[in-house]
Amino acid sequence: MEDDVKKFLYVNRKAPYGTIYALESLEVVLIGAAFDQDVSLAFLDDGVFQLTKSQDTKEIGVKNFSPTFRALGDYEVTKLYVEKESLDERGLTLDDLQEIMWEDEDDDYEEKPSIRIVSRAEMADVMADQDVILSF
Amino acid sequence: MATLHTVNKSPFANQSLLSCLAHAKDGDTVLMIEDGVYGAASGTGLADAMVAMASRVALVALQPDLNARGIAAARLLDGIKTTDYAGFVELAASHDRTQAWL
Repeated sequence: MEDDVKKFLYVNRKAPYGTIYALESLEVVLIGAAFDQDVSLAFLDDGVFQLTKSQDTKEIGVKNFSPTFRALGDYEVTKLYVEKESLDERGLTLDDLQEIMWEDEDDDYEEKPSIRIVSRAEMADVMADQDVILSF
Repeated sequence: MATLHTVNKSPFANQSLLSCLAHAKDGDTVLMIEDGVYGAASGTGLADAMVAMASRVALVALQPDLNARGIAAARLLDGIKTTDYAGFVELAASHDRTQAWL
């Protein structure tokens, strides 16, 4: 990787539709993806609710942006760290989350999962390893 | 390679301060600003957790926000430092990164 590539972490701690933070975060991630940086996303606390399956916003009048997470792999955003303790506290498991895959062009385009379940301590390590942290 | 964490919401309204403390690494600094400074007061339900953290992270509250809310120095938890706006800038400059716990 080039020397001028920085590690960017987008931290998501809010549920998807009660505030605009989650949608704005995703917008910024997509914009930032154009700049060829080393991008990771973190989902903790209520942020884990952003990734759940079966979201249907037809009757609340706002865009359901959850399918967009499945497109992140096309923008080379392939590291979605999800905190296990946050899932546990909310009665969720990996099965409750969307399947989000990316194609590894260095490995015969094999499909690989983007979601990485990490412990709270591992999440702290991920955060401490960044150049820039953007919070939503 | 330390991080400056900022918390700007009351710990009695949401979990941001608790989540911040659960993710802060030894040697980091947690700066309480705006309504976050309510976490710096003694005699609260969070006081024990805060005092326990003070041994491994620096706990700092922004003096102008304490003043605005009438939180006198005598009411601060043991181990809490205070700083002004210039000190806030120095903290941002002296850490490797800043993480806002919104």
